[in-house]
Amino acid sequence: MTKRPDTETVVTGPSRRGVLMGATAAAMTASLFTPKSLRAADFPTAEVNTTGLAVTDDAVTIGILHSITGTMSISETGSVQAEKLAIEQINAQGGILGRKIEYIQEDGASDWPTFAEKSRKLLVNDKVASVMGCWTSASRKAVLPVFEQHNGFLYYPTFYEGLEQSPNVIYTGQEATQQIIAGLDWVAKEKGAETFYLLGSDYIWPRTSNKIARKHIENFLGKKVLGEEYYPLGHTQFNSVINKIRLRKPDVIYAIVVGGSNVAFYKQLKAAGIDMTEESPLLLTISVTEDEIRGIGGENIEGAYACMKYFQSLDNENNVEFVSAFKEMWGEDMVIGDVTQAAYLGPWLYKAAVEKAGSFDVDKVREASPGIELTTAPEGYVKVHENHHLWSKTRVGRAQADGQYEVVFETADLVEPDPFPEGYQ
Amino acid sequence: MFDGYTTSELSAIFAMQGFAGLSLFSVYVLMALGLAIIFGQMGVINMAHGEFMILGAYVTYLVSIFFAEYMPILFGAYFFLAMILAFVASGLLGMAVEWAMIRHLYKRPLDTLLATWGLSLILQQIYRSTFGAREVGVSIPDWMMGSIALTDLVEIPINGLFVMAVTLIIATGVGVMMYRSLWGRQVRAVVQNRTMAGAVGIDTGRTDRLTFGIGCGIAGVAGSAFTMIGSTGPTAGQLYIVDTFLVVVFGGAASLLGTIASAFTISQTQSILEFFLSGSMAKVLTLLTVVGILMLRPQGLFSLKLRK
Amino acid sequence: MSDVSTLGLRQSRLFTASEILGYLVLAVVIFIVIPSALDAFRLNLFGKYLTYAFVAIGLVLCWGVGGILSLGQGVFFGLGGYCMAMFLKLEASTPENTAIQSTPGIPDFMDWNQLTELPWWWVPFNSFAVTVFAIVAVPMVLAFVIGLAMFTRRVSGVYFAIITQAIAAIATILIIGQQGFTGGVNGITDLRTLMGWDIRPDNAKTILYFVSGILLFAVLFVAHVIRKSKAGRLMIAIRDREDRVRFSGYNVANFKIFVFCVGAAFAAIGGAMFTLQVGFISPTLVGIVPSIYMVIFCAVGGRSSLIGAVYGALLVNWAQTTFSESFPELWLLAMGALFIAVVMAFPMGLAGLYDDYLKRHVDRVLAPVDRMMIHRAARRESEKLSATRATQPAE
Repeated sequence: MTKRPDTETVVTGPSRRGVLMGATAAAMTASLFTPKSLRAADFPTAEVNTTGLAVTDDAVTIGILHSITGTMSISETGSVQAEKLAIEQINAQGGILGRKIEYIQEDGASDWPTFAEKSRKLLVNDKVASVMGCWTSASRKAVLPVFEQHNGFLYYPTFYEGLEQSPNVIYTGQEATQQIIAGLDWVAKEKGAETFYLLGSDYIWPRTSNKIARKHIENFLGKKVLGEEYYPLGHTQFNSVINKIRLRKPDVIYAIVVGGSNVAFYKQLKAAGIDMTEESPLLLTISVTEDEIRGIGGENIEGAYACMKYFQSLDNENNVEFVSAFKEMWGEDMVIGDVTQAAYLGPWLYKAAVEKAGSFDVDKVREASPGIELTTAPEGYVKVHENHHLWSKTRVGRAQADGQYEVVFETADLVEPDPFPEGYQ
Repeated sequence: MFDGYTTSELSAIFAMQGFAGLSLFSVYVLMALGLAIIFGQMGVINMAHGEFMILGAYVTYLVSIFFAEYMPILFGAYFFLAMILAFVASGLLGMAVEWAMIRHLYKRPLDTLLATWGLSLILQQIYRSTFGAREVGVSIPDWMMGSIALTDLVEIPINGLFVMAVTLIIATGVGVMMYRSLWGRQVRAVVQNRTMAGAVGIDTGRTDRLTFGIGCGIAGVAGSAFTMIGSTGPTAGQLYIVDTFLVVVFGGAASLLGTIASAFTISQTQSILEFFLSGSMAKVLTLLTVVGILMLRPQGLFSLKLRK
Repeated sequence: MSDVSTLGLRQSRLFTASEILGYLVLAVVIFIVIPSALDAFRLNLFGKYLTYAFVAIGLVLCWGVGGILSLGQGVFFGLGGYCMAMFLKLEASTPENTAIQSTPGIPDFMDWNQLTELPWWWVPFNSFAVTVFAIVAVPMVLAFVIGLAMFTRRVSGVYFAIITQAIAAIATILIIGQQGFTGGVNGITDLRTLMGWDIRPDNAKTILYFVSGILLFAVLFVAHVIRKSKAGRLMIAIRDREDRVRFSGYNVANFKIFVFCVGAAFAAIGGAMFTLQVGFISPTLVGIVPSIYMVIFCAVGGRSSLIGAVYGALLVNWAQTTFSESFPELWLLAMGALFIAVVMAFPMGLAGLYDDYLKRHVDRVLAPVDRMMIHRAARRESEKLSATRATQPAE
């Protein structure tokens, strides 16, 4: 099959959004993708869709599967918004292989069996070509067998614990070693931290992340861990552990508290007179994005450090475009966190993979995925690794009173994803 | 675990830990008082209690925005108005719910559980549609966030003190109303014998509505106060509901004093265990202790002597 | 033949004509209508809903018949599910499948949590027979302990409900906290085969649907027998006037413990089938919220109707799936309104609607059949009587 660049451009409607998308499309000329639209007629449906997916002559249907009710909707709403934005933008550019993206959205309801049920519905009933979805590890684990059985293709946006590499998933967030090690190196080198106190919500991601952190602190940095403990999800009383931390006097509190507990933890920390701007102890977290700060309140977390791959304040052209498009679509008061950005990459990576493969067939998309590069990513340049994770930079940000992070450090090179790290098991 | 610390350091920690226990105690009392009235006095299992609390929290959020926008000078004092409005809003909603739903169900207490569960789903969805699925950040006046340094080592959080004060006022208020006012006498009469109370001329319908409304109003105040220490989101109410019921049941449902005693026992157990053990285990051990005691003494710590 | 003797027969015989008709209709719905009307995907969903019907039947016995409302049925459902999942997980974790782990041959989540050998209490679950036994026995033992502590001290009604709710909360926190042994929040996932038989493909799930259906009827039969037995009638008496039954010399606690254990066993069977049908088990099925949903299935069906419970479980789950597919943003409103409507307007649920509007007509149609059945039973009875008389030597 030959890809013939089209001479015509797809006319977008004169709507407000069309104008906006035009602006975005202009920025996209810097991208690797063919800037001009591909025409569907050049890619007959019979050739690009041999496995009976929901692909027609002018549309391709994908699924969006996140919790929009229940406790996880607090976190997953941003991902849904980012995915819808990416889909709008791709459509404004002419879609994928000349086909508009249509989506079917399902609610996982913060309940893992529901995720499994809905993913089966999307794959079996709706025959969606790919799915953007899931947030918690538990929901991903619940849908994984469904995707492997029905050969679906999932773009998973969250930073997570690693220890997984499915042929049916592209992990657009960072796995644990990518996110953790650079931050610990930085805090040991720049801040001279000697002692750490590890704290987390009680489930697999914080536990695995702390395991990696502890190995790195003890075996590679030669520093000391003073304590490690976990609180049930949804726990709201942290005064006792704050006293315990006071007694132990660590240089660094390494916190992986999530959800509603987050708000309680930081408010109580502030109220207990631990002023994080004094950095004694210094607080380093990998679980608080700008999204969470909205609930916590910027003044309550000012001075804390977060280690992840994306901050809304990143100063590059892609990101400025992305932030303004996101606010245009969803409202001026929106904030964008790490996972939201990773979710935004999903549809773009999918488009790139399909167009490289010249087919919507899952097997061909999978084959084409490793090596896909995205120079238009808000976080900068990313590249899909053989192991289905992304090469990405890791950054450290310092929380400001206005709810944004000021980037104080970023790795010089892209960090290689390593979901099964040697020496950290 | 106490090697290498000086005595003054240790005593400072214990002082602060004692305070942590006390503030957990007042949080529990505040959570449970409204339910103690509704569940303990009226026998209604209100599964939407957490949602009434969150209504109070959202009211606080709205008031804080209003003050920040129009009266920034008075921002430091908005919290007092917010608490009053939270009480009114949750109380009115409570009375409406009592009128529309609960009053038809007094003879079927277990059914109130299902109906109020449905109500809690609806309220959650309304909050989500109105305020968005994300948590809202309630900005607290500066003077309320922070701590008083008693010595170099002992720091007492001001919001803890504030919650304690609110708890004290509400608990005293409820106590006085329940045992000194006409309304209190009527409530107790209706609880003990509805038919007889009606026969001596008490408007039982009005008494019920008022009681339910006051219980919900107190939940609203609690929610308002908890914006200082917890999160405000559509599902945040669910975080409180189990603890709340446990405190009330453990205390012996019909006794307000029992509720306070049980809040004290549970909070002290939990805060001490949390200090010496890891968080999850402390929670499990606390719950197991409570259930264990309930197995031995199912009527709760304090109970009315009733012939069955 | 006198009226008195037929009255006795009318009360004591196991099935009335309308009950037989009810079970027949249910059998037709489950084994013929649903499988032929739905594609494989929807049928699998109904397979999942059916597993909840087991819990609902148990709840009818506990709540509708016995007057004990348990808000902790999720615990028993989960225990059954976890027992089954442990067996399946061990089967899936062969040393070959888990060769990349640092300790091959143990479940993957144990390896992630630095366990280097299988905990002793996992070992028995290598055997299918032990697993099947455990699925029923473990929840029953727990129910017995809870029941013994509660009912001998006369805890009942609302208090019992709240305490069982606390137990559900504890169970969830325990399972999540001990993730090296239980899989934590994720639960036990990636289950593949049952004694070599792949449970993942659609046709396997269809077979499991029918297995669930057959088991469901077995459970229905047991429940029906219990309810029609003397113990069942005593349970109803206890529900309505506990003290009078006690004063008549019966040990009320024993009956309650019995029915609570039976309910737990039913829930556990449902849980085990759930694991097979869905392919994993997780703590989200154990906690407070699923336990309340289980009560709602029962309430919607009609709390004292066994058949109603099955319809209730199917209807609520189907409604939830449909609402959430059509209105992903607003389906909670619809569900909340449904619960309130059922409690306020139809306190006896679907079964109540049937009693009010259909039962009269059905009974009229069935009256001759019923009479015939009674006559036949009476004749059999009298034949038996004369036969025994004939064998006795005349004096």
